[in-house]
Amino acid sequence: MNKAALASSLGSPSAFGQSQFAFMRGNAFEARVKADGGAELLRLVHEKLDAGSEPPVAGLVPDLAAVGPEGRAARTALALREATEAGAWTLLDHPMLALDVAGSPAYLEPDAVVVHPDGSWTVVEIKSFPMLDGSADAAKVGAAARQSAVYVLALERVADRLTPAPEVRHSVLLVCPKDFSNLPTASAVDVRKQRSVTRRQLDRLTRIEDIADALPEGTCFAPDLPTPDLTAAVESVPATYAPECLSTCELAFHCRDRSRTEGAVTSLGRSLRAELGGLTTVDDVLSAARGDSGDPADPAVAALRRAAELRAEALGGREGLRSEVPGRTPC
Amino acid sequence: MSLITTLARLEAVDTGRAQPLATVRHRHLSERPLVFVPLTTAGEAGAPLGALVGTDRDAPRLLVVPQPRDRDLRFAFLAELAGVVLPYIDACGEDVEAAERTETDPETGKRVKVEVELCADAPQLIVPSRAGIEFVRLLGRSMRFRRTAEQDPETPHPAPPHVPLLGRWLTHYGERARVPGSALLLALTDVVSRHWATGQSSLEDQHLGALLAWIDPPENESGAEAALRAELRRDAKGQLLCPPAGPATDPAFDNKLLAPAIERYDRARTALAAAEDGLQADDRLGELTAAEREIRELVDSRTRPTWDAVWHGLDLLRTLPEGTHAADRWTRDRWSFTGHRDRVLAGEPPQPRRDDAVTAANKLATREREQARLEAQEALDDPLVMAGRRLAGEAFAGEVTDIVMAYSESKRPSPRPLVTIRTDDRPHLAERAKVYRSLGGKPQAAEFVEYVEGEADGADIDTGGRSIVLRIVDKMGRGKEPESGSVPEKGDLVCFTLFEHEQRGGAKLPDPEDTPWTHGGPPGEATHPPADPVTEEDVL
Repeated sequence: MNKAALASSLGSPSAFGQSQFAFMRGNAFEARVKADGGAELLRLVHEKLDAGSEPPVAGLVPDLAAVGPEGRAARTALALREATEAGAWTLLDHPMLALDVAGSPAYLEPDAVVVHPDGSWTVVEIKSFPMLDGSADAAKVGAAARQSAVYVLALERVADRLTPAPEVRHSVLLVCPKDFSNLPTASAVDVRKQRSVTRRQLDRLTRIEDIADALPEGTCFAPDLPTPDLTAAVESVPATYAPECLSTCELAFHCRDRSRTEGAVTSLGRSLRAELGGLTTVDDVLSAARGDSGDPADPAVAALRRAAELRAEALGGREGLRSEVPGRTPC
Repeated sequence: MSLITTLARLEAVDTGRAQPLATVRHRHLSERPLVFVPLTTAGEAGAPLGALVGTDRDAPRLLVVPQPRDRDLRFAFLAELAGVVLPYIDACGEDVEAAERTETDPETGKRVKVEVELCADAPQLIVPSRAGIEFVRLLGRSMRFRRTAEQDPETPHPAPPHVPLLGRWLTHYGERARVPGSALLLALTDVVSRHWATGQSSLEDQHLGALLAWIDPPENESGAEAALRAELRRDAKGQLLCPPAGPATDPAFDNKLLAPAIERYDRARTALAAAEDGLQADDRLGELTAAEREIRELVDSRTRPTWDAVWHGLDLLRTLPEGTHAADRWTRDRWSFTGHRDRVLAGEPPQPRRDDAVTAANKLATREREQARLEAQEALDDPLVMAGRRLAGEAFAGEVTDIVMAYSESKRPSPRPLVTIRTDDRPHLAERAKVYRSLGGKPQAAEFVEYVEGEADGADIDTGGRSIVLRIVDKMGRGKEPESGSVPEKGDLVCFTLFEHEQRGGAKLPDPEDTPWTHGGPPGEATHPPADPVTEEDVL
């Protein structure tokens, strides 16, 4: 489903987009890393992950072209098996992997997978944010690690079908530009934690059939439907919006609107929800704080009332102090 | 986030306007700060696209790199930036006052007072958002190892004069910004959201336009509506009405406006280079100038709203009176500035890529100490912050209901009066726990003795109020009778904290030359590290 188109039809278009400058730079960097049959990339894998093995001379780069994602996934699995048997450095450029997500196959395309001479496999992730003096932006590295963990999981499914099952290394190679240059440098990132988190989340996901069964008959998400019908259709799928959604989901602005209209406290952050106990809407919380509702024996309510008292005491007589401010309006 | 902050946010949602989180301003604002609104090129590390910079809100200096991938144009930009920033820094560096500092005498090993210079004021740099601080660090890192032709005639691509020096200053400012409570380099979104709670999440507060809209919405509009407009509304061409505060630009701006303009500029430049005679060259130079002017206008259109918003935010902050201790922290900033000025004047090499073990440990210790100091000072300056600490059981306030004079049992008995305080707060006091109150700006310590539950009037039980008995232990003078004013009297309103007001430094670290081998050994002579190698991509 094209969630971006859906979001636009709902009247809350997503704000995702990539600058062509970033896109060009990213592509140029990836091409550079993989140039000459991946010589530089294999050298980095050897240096950072497998220094004990023979150094790569000329790695194999099998052709992975095929028709459709299923075909490419099958071709990738075949190439992986052959490379493992061959026992030589092999680079799989943009392989295709299948992973079962909530009962439906999702196709994933890692930047590269390297097969070591000992038959083990390594996921390679190429990113265009810089590694400055050996360290990179922690948030971006974390995102890359989570992304790679999914590839590792998908590769493990492929490995499980082979006998003997080859090892999928739990350290992935993160390749980034060095300092301010366009030269690649790399670092091994251990993704065991991200892998187990992702595995648990995948196991716990509600299966798509179950979600579909719960929907009313005839629910349709076609973006060309009239907005009210579409809104009703999207409403029928339960969702709990939190601010973190803004950075990942195309429908976040739509969900945020709904969440704000309902007055849900999670629209201000997940941590609030934990603090406020059973009070989930802004009105509930404020009326409990004012003493209009809520059970005073409830520790969350008692703490709220105390907080409201202390706040009023500290601000006592300051209301209306915010006089007219000189200056312009923002924007 | 404390429950009081949460409550303020929810009130903001309810009323549609931001609610106060502080009653005083917790950061020093300079009379004449230097505002810096940079833009960067997407996907490139440290390739600025342009900036507005200056100390005069009506006359910012616009700096633009028409082709951000061209190293020479980047250098020209940095040289211009140095031309604005360094005179501002130098002006503060010249005005000094005498101060004292305790140093260890190298010969006797004793601690002695030394007379040193302290700059009377320090330059203050303001950027719109936290990403701006990171960008300042990045610019600093990209410049400080460069060599000018004067420093090293052999260097293959010499940097313009002053660029390496600007790099060292920006590095110092970026590093100082990591110290809690410092104000040398401030991100406006951080400072503003410290003082007001909006009805949106802290993630969304990173958007300067939306944040200010919550605090000061236009007439006839709620803060919530104005913030939403600032965040999302686009014009007919698909451009955001309120461009992001940067340094990253909106992808729609890059793709639809900037990329075509840069392409025209590139074409005009190629055409000029290929011109065959003077007449043709004149024409083509005209085209190039026009293409450059177009990019300048684009950059101006994206930075100007942010520039205005930054000054608007500063106006808002100035409506709050400065907290008492903010000046104290600013003095520390002035020491930091003076220290770096002295290092530059002494001809020391730029800050290394990686700190040695002792420097790194010192930095971490400073940050921890300053964090504790900041938390204590903010609470002492501001009843609203103190309310949060009281709610958390880290402080209590109440009325003195009884005083009993008592004395210590030593040979020369000193006063140890017992004070009973009735409070509605519920502090977590352990046996003989130390508590502190501010007495004329200095902390006075007391010891917890006991709780007295259920006073005679019976009203206490309903409100959860109870009495706490404390024994005051210091700041009462040397005599047998406490000095007047040093012991609270019946009926006084007092506030005691469980946290200390002043921070003690940790154990002293060895000098860098004595770094043990477990930590890499002595770092050796400070050297000038080599500049980053120039790669072919840098030179178009």
